[in-house]
Amino acid sequence: MRDVAIVASAQRQERAIPSESEVEFMVPLMQQVKDATGLTQKDIGFTCSGSSDFIAGQAFSFVMTIDGVGPVPAISESHVEMDGAWALYEAWVKLQIGEIDTALIYGYSKSSGGSLRDVLATQMDPYYVAPLWPDAFAIEALAARQMVENRRVSMDQLAEIASRSRRHGADNPHAVRTRQKSAADIMAEAPVASPLRPSDLPASADGGCVVLLAAEDTARSLSDRPAWIRGIDHRTDSHTLGVRDLTRSMSAELAAQKAGVANDKVDFAELHAPFTTSEFVLADALGLGEDTVINPSGGALAAHTMMASGLIRLAEAAARITAGDGDRAVAHAASGPVLQQNLVCVMEGE
Amino acid sequence: MGKKNTAVIGVGQTKYASARGDVSMAGLVREAALRALEMADCTWSDIDAVVLGKAPDFFEGVMMPEIWLADAIGCVGKPVMRVHTAGSVGGSTALVAASLVQGGIHERVLTIGFEKQSESNAMWALSLPSPFTTSINAGAGGYFSPIIRRYMAATEAPELIGCMVALKDRQHALMNPYAHVRDPELTFDKVVESPMLWDPIRFSETCPSSDGACAMVLASESVGDAHAGPVAWVHGSAMRSESGNFGGRNVVSPQASEDCAADVFAQAGITNPRAEIDVAEIYVPFSWYEPMWLESLGFAEPGAGWRMVEEGATTHGRGDLPVNCSGGVLSSNPIGASGMIRFAEVALQVMGQAGDRQVDGAKRGFGHAYGGAAQYYAMWIVGTDKP
Repeated sequence: MRDVAIVASAQRQERAIPSESEVEFMVPLMQQVKDATGLTQKDIGFTCSGSSDFIAGQAFSFVMTIDGVGPVPAISESHVEMDGAWALYEAWVKLQIGEIDTALIYGYSKSSGGSLRDVLATQMDPYYVAPLWPDAFAIEALAARQMVENRRVSMDQLAEIASRSRRHGADNPHAVRTRQKSAADIMAEAPVASPLRPSDLPASADGGCVVLLAAEDTARSLSDRPAWIRGIDHRTDSHTLGVRDLTRSMSAELAAQKAGVANDKVDFAELHAPFTTSEFVLADALGLGEDTVINPSGGALAAHTMMASGLIRLAEAAARITAGDGDRAVAHAASGPVLQQNLVCVMEGE
Repeated sequence: MGKKNTAVIGVGQTKYASARGDVSMAGLVREAALRALEMADCTWSDIDAVVLGKAPDFFEGVMMPEIWLADAIGCVGKPVMRVHTAGSVGGSTALVAASLVQGGIHERVLTIGFEKQSESNAMWALSLPSPFTTSINAGAGGYFSPIIRRYMAATEAPELIGCMVALKDRQHALMNPYAHVRDPELTFDKVVESPMLWDPIRFSETCPSSDGACAMVLASESVGDAHAGPVAWVHGSAMRSESGNFGGRNVVSPQASEDCAADVFAQAGITNPRAEIDVAEIYVPFSWYEPMWLESLGFAEPGAGWRMVEEGATTHGRGDLPVNCSGGVLSSNPIGASGMIRFAEVALQVMGQAGDRQVDGAKRGFGHAYGGAAQYYAMWIVGTDKP
């Protein structure tokens, strides 16, 4: 495989960005990454983005956002209706072909205009399940109930995850849930979708993330310490909740194995875990032990921008590698109900 | 390094129709996928990854349907991706799938494009109010008709060239058992007399709204070499995008179109597209786009595309560059699959597997898709011989 690294990133996450369109709030982030690397759009070999029409409330919504890139003259470009982490994967594949040396990736959404938990019900089987409008919190609660009743995890453990995510989020300028709460205080919260309490749920935000990928010497020229991608893989599980063991993630296990997570110690992991329960399942699936710091950014429990949250995990992990906070990191992105689809990326400093 | 050789070893299509009420969305995509697997001599377990493409999720009302369809498209335990690049998506999806082989990631990739427009209402889906932009509420035809007018004015093309394209593609469709619109009674006069929708686009000069799916199995060089049946080798693949709002753009022949064509022809070592390409499937949702694209892509000199139509150069069995022998988008338009059908049809042609619509001796084919405000492009060239 060709050596490819994340060399720069920019993000913005806020509870709501009511007065700017997606293209308006993405342009400064794209510019930030270009300024950091001294590149212009003409220098970039491939551009790829991830977003969702259902969240934008408009068909072909990404067609507006591409103007933010400044695609004049024409560019080599593509779009996935997935989290930006999969746009990064597509760009990584393009870089493997070896005809280009740089790629710009972005993911974004503005979900504050609607009720995201209800919008996500439209991801379910449209004939038999979606008409019942099972919202995203209720579906995760089914998994959480199973995990707690099977004693896979205790409510105390979940409260600890929630409390620690708030603590880590306090140091993250992009976090939107930063009020500190002890595990005991979280245990006292009234459930939203039993057994899940408010602190177990994603900290929904509007915003986006832009990442620049570069290969080999180009990466070395653009960053003093590129975050090299040593393994990247993604897998999906069955959609049918009834045939899955919701207390585990087969697809995350498989992706982690293919990406080589266990080949060496992991200093820290950025997991796209929208719920405390998801983090528990993922840490288990990825085989992360006590010596790995989980979600130093606070993760999706501190700020969760749908369609960008996975890409932000990759950007956060890379930024920490570049800053020298660790030598080996795992970043993860998820999609679909109860972690149906998972992408795992192993990054190292040099 | 460099692009690894990639072969199409299987193609599958569904019957295209205004409403495929006999199958669910899952049933529709499986129908195409199973046919592609059969031709590729593969089972689901041979497939390493799946790349699914379709146009806006509002067309069916399912958000990111690859999530729900994971079981139906056989990707449980495997990587699956979902591409969406407006009307060009079927082509882009095939190219993303191809890149997984070209980059040496996988040996066999299944790619599927679909749309089941009967599940929802495309005009509604395309007319959702947006707080920041004014909708023209005129559909795609309303957007493209002034651009066609501009082409007609600039080239002094005769008024009825579009009707000739429409009749030609609808007659081609009679040779394609999968085509949606198949009307043996259609005549030139009937096309001319059909209602004017968006002047100069008549009812019979516009694409239908279809349900349907198309699938292909793309494979590595070693798998392609070992394949017992015919294969189509990828000789070139390219995507380009540009802003649809830039005031300085050439709306008739956008730069992204010209750049994408130049790139894909250069990859295939083609300097004279008209002479070196035997068959083309070009994305023509409105009749006039055939002469317009012939010029933009370099098959005709500027201003001379309509002459190729008039001379019958693009007619099957008659011309030197048969275009849209399948009947094209004008005869079948499951939007998310429409681009992939173009790619798949030229693959079938160079495999010699195009049935009644086969162009004798076709060795190199050109597949094309575009989308958005004629701002997204995906193109590929496939050939009988390994590059």
